[in-house]
Amino acid sequence: MNSTVSSAAQSTSSRAAILPVALLSAFIGAFVVFGVGFAHSNVLHNAAHDSRHALGFPCH
Amino acid sequence: MITRLFGVALGAGCVAGLALALLQVLFTTPLILEAETYELASFHQPPLQHAGGITDDGRVWFVHGGEEHTDEGALGLVDRMIGAWAPEDGAERTFYTGLSSVLTGFGFGLMLLAAMLLGAKRIDATSGLQWGLGAFAAVALAPSLGLPPELPGSAAADLVSRQTWWFGTTAATGLGLWLMIARGEPLLKAAGLLIVVAPHLIGAPHPHEYASSVPAEIQGHFVAASLVSAAVFWAVLGSLAGWLWQRGEAKQ
Repeated sequence: MNSTVSSAAQSTSSRAAILPVALLSAFIGAFVVFGVGFAHSNVLHNAAHDSRHALGFPCH
Repeated sequence: MITRLFGVALGAGCVAGLALALLQVLFTTPLILEAETYELASFHQPPLQHAGGITDDGRVWFVHGGEEHTDEGALGLVDRMIGAWAPEDGAERTFYTGLSSVLTGFGFGLMLLAAMLLGAKRIDATSGLQWGLGAFAAVALAPSLGLPPELPGSAAADLVSRQTWWFGTTAATGLGLWLMIARGEPLLKAAGLLIVVAPHLIGAPHPHEYASSVPAEIQGHFVAASLVSAAVFWAVLGSLAGWLWQRGEAKQ
């Protein structure tokens, strides 16, 4: 019982520690996906053109 | 931990991205290239107004004579449409398609792992596959109902309004699915369903007319190939990210 409580408390505290890391990763991931899939730059558009179409990102 | 997270996202993203690139080479890119021949033909017939050209920066470039190359036959279509750099057709274009696929895998992998770390009870190959398929529903299936994957040459509404609708639909579907699956309260489940349906009630931005000269058979084939490729991509990305993460857990 005790071990369950302590492991639950541990997982709660690690969840709290995870939050900033997870948010940062999600933000960087979103930035990368934006660059590949959504940025209006001609060069980025040209480089990723076929992938944008294939993944169904709005293109052109 | 952030190093580990990036490593797992990179590993899973590379494999999923390469799988996606292979599927593209086999199934979607040939259709894109075929569609571009029709798109190019329509450019040579001025009376047939190209609807995409009205709203799209790239096309406006083309219309306003950003064309510097005289040797049209040797250059890719994108190259001629847009004055700026574009990969040459062939190996270079395939390379950039592969690179953009891997980067997409890395970016989506980071986001998927972040979501799983915050929301999943456990992270392994099985739960990763489930989350990956959920992400496929949110990122590929739901937006395709309003904005089906398009071939070059299709008429389309304003790019920014489509991107906004796409992003809103993806976010709403992800949130709604999570509410329906992860939360027990009936009210939250009902709210989740409503959030999933809402973007489609609002409706996606559509062009006022259809202008594509690409045969509908090619377009239909492309939509199916695109959705299947996306499904494989997300299944590989999710299960591999989960599996790699769990392996790291066991080592620690």
